[in-house]
Amino acid sequence: GNERRKGASRAEEGESQTRPERIDRGRRKRTRSHQDTKGSEGDEEVQPKIQSGRAAKTRKHTKNEKTRKKEEEEKAEKGEGKERHGKRKKTSASKKEREEVGGKHTMKEKAQEVKRKNIIQQMNCIHNSLSSEELEKLKEAVDERKKLIQALRGKPWPIKKKCVILRESQEFVEKYEGALGKGKGRKLYAYKVLMSKALMGRPYGTIPRKTVPRAEATSAMDFAVLWDFGVSCIITLTLTTSCFLQWPFHATFRKMCFQGYAQYSVLFYGYYNNQRAVGWLKFRMPLSYFLVGVGTVAYSYMVVIRTMARNANESGVGDDNSFNFNWRMFTSWDYLIGNPETADNKFASITTSFKEAILEEQESQKDDNIHLTRFLRVLANFLVLCCLAGSGYLIYFVVRRSQKFALDGLENHTWWERNEVNMVMSLLGMFCPMLFDVISALENYHPRVALQWQLGRIFALFLGNLYTFIIALMDEINLKREEENIIKFNITVWEASLFNGTVSVNSTAPPVTIEPADVPRGPCWETMVGQEFVRLIISDTMTTYITLLIGDFLRAVLVRFLNYCWCWDLEAGFPSYSEFDVSGNVLGLIFNQGMIWMGAFYAPCLPALNVLRLHVSMYLQCWAVMCCNVPQERVFKASGSNNFYMAMLLVILFLSTLPAIYTIVTIPPSFDCGPFSGKQRMFDVIQETLESDFPAWFGKVFSYASNPGLVLPFMLLMVLAIYYLQSTSKSYKEANMELKKKLQTVVQNMFPPLVQQSCFNVYF
Amino acid sequence: MGNKQTIFTDEQLDAYQDCTFFTRKEILRLHARYHELAPHLVPMDYTNDPDCKLPLALIVNMPELKENPFCSRIVESFSEDGMGNLSFNEFVDMFSVLSEMAPRELKAIYAFKIYDYNVDNFLCKEDLEKTLNKLTKEELTPEEVQLVCEKAIEEADLDGDHKLSFADFENMITRAPDFLSTFHIRI
Repeated sequence: GNERRKGASRAEEGESQTRPERIDRGRRKRTRSHQDTKGSEGDEEVQPKIQSGRAAKTRKHTKNEKTRKKEEEEKAEKGEGKERHGKRKKTSASKKEREEVGGKHTMKEKAQEVKRKNIIQQMNCIHNSLSSEELEKLKEAVDERKKLIQALRGKPWPIKKKCVILRESQEFVEKYEGALGKGKGRKLYAYKVLMSKALMGRPYGTIPRKTVPRAEATSAMDFAVLWDFGVSCIITLTLTTSCFLQWPFHATFRKMCFQGYAQYSVLFYGYYNNQRAVGWLKFRMPLSYFLVGVGTVAYSYMVVIRTMARNANESGVGDDNSFNFNWRMFTSWDYLIGNPETADNKFASITTSFKEAILEEQESQKDDNIHLTRFLRVLANFLVLCCLAGSGYLIYFVVRRSQKFALDGLENHTWWERNEVNMVMSLLGMFCPMLFDVISALENYHPRVALQWQLGRIFALFLGNLYTFIIALMDEINLKREEENIIKFNITVWEASLFNGTVSVNSTAPPVTIEPADVPRGPCWETMVGQEFVRLIISDTMTTYITLLIGDFLRAVLVRFLNYCWCWDLEAGFPSYSEFDVSGNVLGLIFNQGMIWMGAFYAPCLPALNVLRLHVSMYLQCWAVMCCNVPQERVFKASGSNNFYMAMLLVILFLSTLPAIYTIVTIPPSFDCGPFSGKQRMFDVIQETLESDFPAWFGKVFSYASNPGLVLPFMLLMVLAIYYLQSTSKSYKEANMELKKKLQTVVQNMFPPLVQQSCFNVYF
Repeated sequence: MGNKQTIFTDEQLDAYQDCTFFTRKEILRLHARYHELAPHLVPMDYTNDPDCKLPLALIVNMPELKENPFCSRIVESFSEDGMGNLSFNEFVDMFSVLSEMAPRELKAIYAFKIYDYNVDNFLCKEDLEKTLNKLTKEELTPEEVQLVCEKAIEEADLDGDHKLSFADFENMITRAPDFLSTFHIRI
């Protein structure tokens, strides 16, 4: 004990080091104080005896220690009075002396030297008297003790017992480790602990433990912001880099028509030149535009599916409800709650959840009137379909009207008439879900099932609206293309007239130089499409923010302040505070992402805009939640593992990229704007690249590979593979269930109550 | 980092670090918290292991524990005498088990102790009833309470003795998705 304390106090002396280093020094000093030159000699004796693979390591260890010690000793030697053996130079003795000023030897030091030497002699006696097997056993015992020390924190013993065991084990290890010549483990462990603490970090965000039910917290936090944000960022990055790569190389600036400066910004498709290779890097701009567009879609697919797979793996067994009541009882209270208001909310929500579970239990035992329920459900679905059809028609009607307005000239109409389409879509998106909620009261489903139906219907609403919008957009595209044809015709006429005017018979006139800025510009339907999407996103954003401010904030203010002078309790009764609807918000994010995917090909900077919007939304909604929302009454999650939302995202991804793919494949690009101008189809750029940039054989290989005779069998093979994988996965699931059941029965048979009791006692 | 503190010896701090999931800094912070619960009772110098215990009433007043319906059970399960009087070691032990770093098995053991009101190493119906009443502030009717407790025992009881032994409890709680995140106190 004396030695240890000395070692410790030595560590204290004026050194500013981090903890692991300090411990290590303390330890090293302690172990060294038990060793001396004989110790190191002893090591060398031990080494040939020890046969295990650890021998090499040990040798290296001690060698490292020795070289280090040698360096230290060489420094100390100057202050040394006594003579020592080359090998005998040691460690803490010399270290101690280095720290002394001038290397004086006091009485105390001498006494310590003597003591140390005694202990060392003892150790060496033990050491030399043991045979190699006993050494092995000793080594194992030391290792076991070390493991015990490392695992001590996780043991369920009372802390007093832990301290005692710790002390004993440490003494044991120190005593015998000296004989075996090791001492590195501790430093490594301490380092590992430090690293794991440094890297552990805090869970994301301080959010809404106050208002988000624990069950939803994962979906609210992880999914909602991070995932979407991450994907948006990646898409933005890709598109932005491709944008910036061509930025310095734009040679021609065509005539700017002041129909809005932004129209010709990098934001839209029309900005891009159709020059095949740009700048000294020979950057293949059109090709890159095309590939980036396709690449971002492919990347998105990959990310979504990989996340789904990972979720499915993790939750695995998590979706079963076998311990419903137990889990509610033992894991529903959040021990982190310290705020009385939050605690009250939590009590209330726990009570509600128990009541729901009880109801569910009771209902599953009684038999309802099936026919009535079925009829009501059919009725409800019929009403919902009517609603959806109505909203679809309304949007179509409004788009038609806006086309008429556009033909009249937009200046003659009010703001509302100009932005009718977007406003109507946003308003529908706001009110229809409420209607669906009311209708679903007829259906009388289990809350989770009802939630899924609700989400499915909102999804259908959104899709219907979006597709109606796209169809209307298609009409506009066709209009623009007709316009284009007219202009093309006009241009040829105009050029011909110019030409005719300047050339006379039999003269070799220089070709007419036509100012590029004077040529009449063709319309650019792609830019128009991009513009429409940007307008849609912006209006959607605005609607969200305004709903937030009015529906949540204003409502909270009114409820709080009018409550003093109102006849009934506003807070508990009718308006009360708005709930934070997690599923609704997640859905909103999914739809937002869908719109981005749709518009990204024609408005390349849309993802960047969206990232900005997500930033702002996050802070705004964070504030709104903390300030004006109350937790949801309903505690059911839509899905056990977030895969429900991911599946929705996947479907939206698919459906969003369909229109873009359709336009790429069928509609010829504008002749006058964009990177594909002049081509018959947009994907011709690939053909062109294959022909000009790659060697001839590559083109041949590619044409063979894209032969339908090869592609169709390949697709058939894939379908068969999917079928096979599907059936094996089903059989695995069944096997899993069987095993689970077997396990339960085995446990029941194998553990009579007494054995369980004794198992329990072992822990304590 | 300077080594200016005089509350603990280095060995004591090392021992704490080995026995709990806390670092040096956190242990010193815990000591400060312990001290501020009763500045006159708790000495600032722990180098010679003073025998100082704080009563239950003081400890459950901490903001981290105050709102918890199981606060007294928590403190009692970590006290040596079972009455809730915690020495500093037990105080540290308590927060160590409830911290983020403690493994699931360890937490399950202590959770079982906490919910076992009559300390008979079984979660019998009365224990469950008490737990439930604490959780719902007695808002459920007695029949509902009965129903819930019976269902709970039915779900988890493997050996058929109509009460939950530790093995039953552990089997149930290790599958719970929320256990680790809810059974967590940050200090």
